[in-house]
Amino acid sequence: MKTDTSAVNIDRDVGDFHYKVEYGYDAGVGLDERVVNYISDVKQDPDWVREFRLKALQTFESKPLPTHWASKDLEAIDFNKIRYYLAQGQRSTRSWDEVPEDVKRTFERLGIPEQERKFLAGVEAQFDSEAVYSNIKKAVGEQGVIFVGSTEGLKEHPEIFRRWFGKVIPTGDNKFSALNSAVFSGGSFIYVPPGVKVKHPLQAYFRINAENFGQFERTLIICDEGSELTYMEGCTAPKFNTATLHCAVVELIALKGAKLQYITVQNWSPNVFNLVTKRGLAHEESEIKWIDCNIGSRLTMKYPGVVLKGRKSRGEVLSIALANNGQHQDTGAKMIHAADETTSNIISKSISIGTGRATYRGLVHVPKHLKNCKNNTECDALLINSTSRTDTYPAITVRGTGNSVQHEASVSQVSAEQIFYMQQRGLSEAQAMSLSVNGFVNDLVRQFPMEYSVELKRLIELEMEGSVG
Amino acid sequence: MQQLEIKNLRVAIGENEIIRDLSLSVGLGELHAVMGPNGSGKSTLAKVIAGHPDYKVTSGEVFMDGENLFELEPDERARKGLFLAFQYPSEVPGVTIANFLRAAMQARLPEGEELEATDYYAKLYEKMDLLEIDRSFTSRAVNEGFSGGEKKRCEILQMAMLDPRYAVLDETDSGLDIDALKVVANGVNSLRGPNLGVLLITHYQRLLNYIVPDFVHVMVQGRIVRSGGKELALELEEKGYDLIRDHAEEPVAA
Ligand SMILES: Nc1ncnc2c1ncn2[C@@H]1O[C@H](COP(=O)(O)OP(=O)(O)O)[C@@H](O)[C@H]1O
Ligand SMILES: [Mg+2]
Repeated sequence: MKTDTSAVNIDRDVGDFHYKVEYGYDAGVGLDERVVNYISDVKQDPDWVREFRLKALQTFESKPLPTHWASKDLEAIDFNKIRYYLAQGQRSTRSWDEVPEDVKRTFERLGIPEQERKFLAGVEAQFDSEAVYSNIKKAVGEQGVIFVGSTEGLKEHPEIFRRWFGKVIPTGDNKFSALNSAVFSGGSFIYVPPGVKVKHPLQAYFRINAENFGQFERTLIICDEGSELTYMEGCTAPKFNTATLHCAVVELIALKGAKLQYITVQNWSPNVFNLVTKRGLAHEESEIKWIDCNIGSRLTMKYPGVVLKGRKSRGEVLSIALANNGQHQDTGAKMIHAADETTSNIISKSISIGTGRATYRGLVHVPKHLKNCKNNTECDALLINSTSRTDTYPAITVRGTGNSVQHEASVSQVSAEQIFYMQQRGLSEAQAMSLSVNGFVNDLVRQFPMEYSVELKRLIELEMEGSVG
Repeated sequence: MQQLEIKNLRVAIGENEIIRDLSLSVGLGELHAVMGPNGSGKSTLAKVIAGHPDYKVTSGEVFMDGENLFELEPDERARKGLFLAFQYPSEVPGVTIANFLRAAMQARLPEGEELEATDYYAKLYEKMDLLEIDRSFTSRAVNEGFSGGEKKRCEILQMAMLDPRYAVLDETDSGLDIDALKVVANGVNSLRGPNLGVLLITHYQRLLNYIVPDFVHVMVQGRIVRSGGKELALELEEKGYDLIRDHAEEPVAA
C-alpha cells in the first residue's frame, strides 16, 4: 500500500543509499584528547565547553561497559575504529538552496523539504556530525521560540543553555552519556517562552551517511511555564557492513504547567548500535510524554525517563519496539517520583520476529515519604516465531501507604489458526502477519499523532514483508 | 466446468484417515447441504478445501472451475473466489472488522489500485443492514469477545462483502437462536443466485427450513452415504443418522 502522508519517511529501503560527500572536517579514526580538542577547535567552543568535553572523556574512559547487566554484544563496538566527527562545515543554513548540493540531494530523496512545507512548524536536518539546515516558520519564530542546533544554542543563548545543559543527564550517568558529552555535535536546542503553545510539531531528521561513523547529537529542550510543544525526530542510515554508532543525549525540561511531547520513530539499518540516553525533568503540574518507536538497529539500548520533580507533574512513556532477525531491542522506561501527587504511565509493546529479541527494562521509584503518587505499567510482548525471544525486568519500587501502582504484563503469539483465518480472506501470509502486528499495537498507536501512526503502520508492513515467506 | 468439484478425496491426520474417498460437485448457482453427525469429518472437508496446513491430503483433488486448488496457497484460493465461513472463527485481536475487510478487499485489487473508501463503506453499511448488524459493530476487533451468534453473523457479513464464487458454510447455524437464524438465513438467501455455489454444512435439519437446498448429502465417517433432493433432509430428521448409518458400508456416489 502506498500513502503520501508519510510523516518522517524513514522507510529503510528508501533510506538505504549513500552519496559520496567531500568532508572538509574530519577528526580521523579513534578517540583521545587530540580528537576532542580538534572538535572543540573546529566548533570554536567556549572554554567551559572544551573543559566539559575533556572531563567527560576521562569519565568515559574510566567507566566499564555495562555488560554485567546489558548485552555482551556491546563488546563488538571498537571505539578505536570509529570516526567521531565528520562535517563539511559548522554552520547550518535557513534555506535549502544554500545546503551543499551533495548533501541536499540526500534530504530531497528522503522527502524532508516537502514534509516541512506540508505540516511542520520547523525542521532541522543533521548530516553526520552537523546540522546542515535549520529553520522555523516565521510565525513561530516571532512568538520567541528558539529552534537551532546545539552549537548555535550554546553560543547564542548561553544564559538559557548553560543553566540546563547536563543538569538532567549528568555526564557520568552512564558510559554512553559520558561519550556523548565528550564529542557531542549537532542535535537541537529549543526554547519555548512562557505561555506559547506551538501548534505544529518541530522536527529533526538525523541522517548518518558515512561508514564507521559515530553520531553524537545532543538535544536540549526547555518549555517555559505554561507552554506546549511537540517535537519529532526521525533517523536513518544506509546499510554498511561495519558497525555504526548512534549515541545521543536528550534532555527535556518542562517548567510549571508546560506540556512537552517528544516523538521518535527510528528505523536504523541492522549495523547500527543505538545507545541513547533520554530523560525529562517535570516541574509542578507539567507533563512530559515520550513516544518512542524503535525499529531496526543491531542493538538498541534506550530507556526514556521522567524525573517528576514538581507536585502533580505527570510522566508518560509509550513505546513500541520491533526486533527483527538478529536484532536486540533493549528498551524501557524510568519514572522517578520526587514529589507528591505525581503520576506516571508506561505502556510498552514489543514484537519479536525470527531470532529477534525484545527486552523491557523498567525502573519506577516512589520513595516512602511521598503521598498520592500513581504509576501504571503495562508491557505486552508479541512473539512471531518460536525462535523469537522476549524478557521483562519491571523493577518497580513503590513505598509509602498512599501511593499506588498497577502492573500488567503479557506475552502472546500470533497463532497459526489466526493466520489461516486471515489467509482464507485473501491476505497473504505477510499481509496477515503485518495486520496482526498492527492490531497488537493499535490501541497504542491510536494515541499518536495521525501522521506518525500512518508512517508507523507502513513501516511495520515493510518489516513484515521482508521477514515472512 | 463451472463447479467446485471434489474428486476421490482422502485426508488423514497422522495415522487417522478422516475423509475416505469422498466425491462431490457443487455447480455454480447450486446449493448443496452436507449433513452428518459430529465427528464425521465435515469441518475437515471444509478446511481441506480452503487449504488448512494441518491436514494431509493422501489422494484425490479439488477443482474450482477446473483449476486444481491443491496447487494454490490458501490466500490464492480465497482471492479466486473461495470463501469458508468457519465453524469456529478465529479472533484477530486489535484489528477492527472495518479494517480487516478493507484489507481483504484491497488484497483483491490489482497492484497499485486503491480501494475507494466511500464505495467501501456504502457497501459495508448496506450489507450490515441486510444482516441487521449494528453500525458500531465495525469498530470492534474481529471476533474478539463476540457471542457465538455475533461470530456467525460476522462470517456471513464477510461473505457478503467478498462476493465469493463458491462458499463453504460450516455449521453457520450452530449457536443461533431462532431470530438470529432467520436473519442469517435471510442473508445467505439474498446472496444466492446463478453466480454463487454453496456447500452448506449442518448438523441439524432446522436451518434447511430457511435455506432450502437443491441437493442434500449425508456424510458418515468421512464418506457421503446418501445423496438426494431436499426431502432427504426431512427423512433424515425422521429416521435419524442411525438408520442411514446402516448403509455406511455401501457409499453412494454423489
Ligand atoms: N486438527 C485435528 N487434529 C486431530 N484430530 C482432528 C483434527 N481435526 C479433526 N480431527 C478429528 O477428525 C474427525 C472429524 O472431525 P471434524 O472434521 O471436526 O468433524 P465434524 O465437523 O463433522 O464434526 C474427528 O474424529 C476429530 O477428532
Ligand atoms: Mg464441524
